[in-house]
Amino acid sequence: MWNIITILFGSTIRSATPLMFTALGGTFSERSGVVNIGLEGMMTIGAFSAVLVSYFTGSPFLGLLGAIVSGAFFGWLLAFLSIHFKANQVVVGTAINILAASLTTFLLVEIWGKPGQTDNVNYFTPWGPFNMFTYLAFILVGVSYFVLYKTPFGLRIRAVGEHPRAADTLGVNVYKVRYICVILSGILGAIGGAALSIGSISLFKEGMIAGKGFIALAAVIFGKWHPVGAALACLFFGLADAIQTVSMSLGLDLPKEFLFALPYILTMMAVSGLVGKSVAPAADGVPYEKGEK
Amino acid sequence: MTKRNISLLLVLVMALSLFAGCAKPAETPGGSAEEPAPAETPAEEPKYSFGMVTDVGGIGDKSFNDSAWAGIERAGKELGVEPKLLQSTKQDDYPPNLGSMAQSVDLTLAVGFLFEDAMKTAADQYADKKFGVIDTVVDKPNVMSVTFKEHEGSFLVGVIAGLTTESNIVGFVGGMDFPVIHKFEVGFVAGVKSANPDAKVIVNYTGAFDNPDKGKEVALTQFQQGADVIFHASGACGIGVIQAADEKDFWAIGVDMDQSAESKKNKVLCSMIKRVDTGTYTVIKAYADDTFKGGAENAIELGLKEEGVGYSDGGNNVPAEVAEVVDKYSDAIIDGTIVVPSTREELESFKPVEIK
Repeated sequence: MWNIITILFGSTIRSATPLMFTALGGTFSERSGVVNIGLEGMMTIGAFSAVLVSYFTGSPFLGLLGAIVSGAFFGWLLAFLSIHFKANQVVVGTAINILAASLTTFLLVEIWGKPGQTDNVNYFTPWGPFNMFTYLAFILVGVSYFVLYKTPFGLRIRAVGEHPRAADTLGVNVYKVRYICVILSGILGAIGGAALSIGSISLFKEGMIAGKGFIALAAVIFGKWHPVGAALACLFFGLADAIQTVSMSLGLDLPKEFLFALPYILTMMAVSGLVGKSVAPAADGVPYEKGEK
Repeated sequence: MTKRNISLLLVLVMALSLFAGCAKPAETPGGSAEEPAPAETPAEEPKYSFGMVTDVGGIGDKSFNDSAWAGIERAGKELGVEPKLLQSTKQDDYPPNLGSMAQSVDLTLAVGFLFEDAMKTAADQYADKKFGVIDTVVDKPNVMSVTFKEHEGSFLVGVIAGLTTESNIVGFVGGMDFPVIHKFEVGFVAGVKSANPDAKVIVNYTGAFDNPDKGKEVALTQFQQGADVIFHASGACGIGVIQAADEKDFWAIGVDMDQSAESKKNKVLCSMIKRVDTGTYTVIKAYADDTFKGGAENAIELGLKEEGVGYSDGGNNVPAEVAEVVDKYSDAIIDGTIVVPSTREELESFKPVEIK
């Protein structure tokens, strides 16, 4: 019995790690009032860039850096279009998802000369039971909580997300705060992708993100737009995944179809509000017009 | 924005993201292949044209699809034809890909059990074209089917696993849970039990062939349960299984092709070989020699005897005394002394046979 619990625990944490980064990114973005549907695409581009840089330099650390740079760029793209041009945030986010999927597919063939997947590259081998990303994820949850709730900047973020006009009146630069948060969410989303491609495994495969960006987004809502809540939601989804993996090898006679669908079913339940009331930041998804009445 | 809107949007976006893969154009390796490369004698029109549609694992899975493609390329080289290739990214791609391939070439090959229904439809629709399918039998006059006795090859690696394990726990990681993969599972279990009646086999399915991190996760949980030899029949998920073996220092058993090169620390004990390349090559050969025969009654089944399955030891990890025992089992299977079960029902009535 104890053995089963340790197995479940390890599997849960490993499955939740990439989600946690991405969900933290989503939390920052949404807290500042920008809906980031593009997290899936940011994970994809992060996973790809990490493998690409690691492939050419042989260093997973530089790979991670590559993911951060590309994630920052995609975050900036979302910010630029949805804050600067006030484009519909959901449409821009969707466009980013499609762009990331197509761009990586295209570059994969251009660079590796074959479709499907890349070669194996150097990656972060586990330290102890987990790889570096897992420890980093837990640290970042604490840091995010501290930044959002214990610093003046965090207060500004929340103010901008709840009532940008009031914040503006008090001298907070709404655009700047939103830019920073969205770029940060791109970076965190990309690290989430890298946690998969050079953490969990060591290659990029087309479609490997497989909806994890959306699951992370659901975790943000499930966790009531709070970094700790979002992280707990990610762990919960990770647990669903782990139960699915472990119950089969224990020979439990649960229908496999149900087990495979379990994480997605939980996501839907979370999003449809079956797990208690959660209220989005008031200005979430609303572009801010300076000087408008 | 209310929560209701968010959830609606999420659903919409998830639905839309399904289309993201659709826009991808078909890739033809080698670039030029709008038309098949001309045969050696330039005056002649190219006599043959053929191509392959991959399953979701895709080229680069270092297993099933790569092997099939190797056979097609070999035949292509011999016949001086540039074969065509269409990759499927999801199962919904199968019917349209088969259709567009059949329109451009005479012989369309597809590998994978999951092609069965799509192949039936395509064979009816393009009755004047020829088709070849590996791993399933499609009873149409213009479809040549090749299947393998994967259970026989899996039995042999099962024997190796049974003789190698020290914890008496071995693992099996399957891809999708359907009959072809059951043949691997059942053959493997029978082999393990024959060589080592005390051993226990943990069976898992990843539910996919294209998800290496899932493969790795499953392998890690089996390892934590004590498994020290893990056999995978899960396409590209197996890349994760082998990586887990590297990290945690247990043995992995490869599938379809010799996968010893996939492990950086030589942790691939052996590989169960399934000569998918022989399968595709045989079909193309039959088509080129005009001996192409369709229909279920002409389906070809390649087993140990036909050298369609077997095992390989690219990493030199199987000790000679184990290899000797395996050879004896192999002979017993070929001469019919051992009938390896191929379904879960047959496994239940299978009596392990011990050969020293």
